Amino acid sequence: MDNTPSISDENAGIQLKDISWWFLAIILIFVWAIYIFLTRENYQEAFNFIKIGIAVTIKTSLIAYAFAVALGLFAGLGRISKNIFFNNLSRLYVELIRGIPMLVLIFFIALVGVPMFVDGINAFGAWLVSIGLGVIGAPLSGFGNRAFTMNSRAIIALSVTYGAFLAEIFRAGIQSIGRGQMEAGRSLGMSYGQTMRHIILPQAVRNVLPALANDFVAMVKDSSLVSVLAVRDITQVSRLYAGSTFRFREAYITVSVMYLTLTVVLSLLVQLMERRLRNND
Amino acid sequence: MINPHDNTEPRDMIVVKDLYKHYGHVKALNGVNLTVKKGKVIVVIGPSGSGKSTMLRCLNHLEKPTSGEVWIDGLLLGKDEKALNEARTEVGMVFQLFNLFPHLSVLENVTIAQKVVRGRSKDEATDIAMKQLKRVGIPEKADVFPTNLSGGQQQRVAIARSLAMNPKIMLFDEPTSALDPEMIKEVLDVMLDLAKEGMTMVCVTHEMGFARSAADEVLFMDEGLIVEHTTPHGLFNNPKEERTKLFLSQILQH
Repeated sequence: MDNTPSISDENAGIQLKDISWWFLAIILIFVWAIYIFLTRENYQEAFNFIKIGIAVTIKTSLIAYAFAVALGLFAGLGRISKNIFFNNLSRLYVELIRGIPMLVLIFFIALVGVPMFVDGINAFGAWLVSIGLGVIGAPLSGFGNRAFTMNSRAIIALSVTYGAFLAEIFRAGIQSIGRGQMEAGRSLGMSYGQTMRHIILPQAVRNVLPALANDFVAMVKDSSLVSVLAVRDITQVSRLYAGSTFRFREAYITVSVMYLTLTVVLSLLVQLMERRLRNND
Repeated sequence: MINPHDNTEPRDMIVVKDLYKHYGHVKALNGVNLTVKKGKVIVVIGPSGSGKSTMLRCLNHLEKPTSGEVWIDGLLLGKDEKALNEARTEVGMVFQLFNLFPHLSVLENVTIAQKVVRGRSKDEATDIAMKQLKRVGIPEKADVFPTNLSGGQQQRVAIARSLAMNPKIMLFDEPTSALDPEMIKEVLDVMLDLAKEGMTMVCVTHEMGFARSAADEVLFMDEGLIVEHTTPHGLFNNPKEERTKLFLSQILQH
């Protein structure tokens, strides 16, 4: 490095190492992609076919993420709870999910978990009918698997999976807040729950906001796995397109550019947020 | 069940009976008995690890005793969390490291528990908070965040935060130990005023000057026991126990 000629003086100090080459490369990829989508008919056709999946990909990610946050917060609170049942249940959930590949989990939850849940509801409904509560029991016992579309099963599967990841983020966030905060809240007469809600969680969530947002980006990508359930997200639609036209190149370049656009934009937003948070400290 | 008031006045603010606190095989408290009458200021001194902070934290059950009883104003602290929360509203506590809520402004720090626990309206809580902030001398800092305050100011906000709950008792856990020397006085002044106004106080502190001028009684603790319980004058001029003499000679020789 010593013999690298320094081009910096007092005014202009841009060196090779200061430039985000990787970012320029990504921009280049986008420019090239825009160019081919504008000029090549094959790519236009692929794009127009695959874009019908964008809404499903975004909707699935958003809804699943909202459920995952709720589930993760609940399980995260469980991980630090002194209640033995709640604590162990949360731990079991997190360890089970983390120990099974996401693809297998999605198959399992959608094709085994949901039907088992429906069977349980049906049995409960039948029992209610048998003890004379037909008004509530009859609809429950007649509740079919069809009530859950593959789209909703995909959302359940993604939520349950990501809930376990988010639980660990929430747990870490809560544990990053010093003991003194809980003690101060409790000494003022606030209950554990009140202190958690008004004192600990607002600080904890702020600390883990970047990590939470990163997991949203990850979920947008992992939502492609739901294509195995024939949910028509952009991955599934591009598979259909490739399968029927044999234009694999067009199909997978198009879908890759779509994911990249989503994730790069989201990552930039996350970075912006992180900078904001740091400046506010 | 033993009558808790068998040898104490029913109106005593704090009654502690046979308090033990063991962490595994570490014995922090080994049978503490104490009665604090209304309006008295008790200063607790002793070497580090003597159990004084543990005892203080047992008084509002922030630390659950291994065995023994704590009575606050005639109410036995037990396992029932709801009753415990109610009892804690009557017992303010000030910590060595202030423990202000960093995500809330000074005013919000002082109003949050009033709103959440006492169910006071925003206006009422704000009125009370401003009164308490005036009392500790920093009403002008109401809209500032704690990180922008000096240590002494933060500790005064912490005192105001506790006082806003209208406690009957104030506990101080080494309130000046984390402060720069020039800020100790401003906090001690607030505590002195409080003592003069008749607040029942238990203070763990190394400020012997405060013990002399404000305390009605001084406790010397060592190895989880109250070794000596007397007046400030008695303790400083006429200590009875060897351990007390040794401790005083170590801290007062300069």
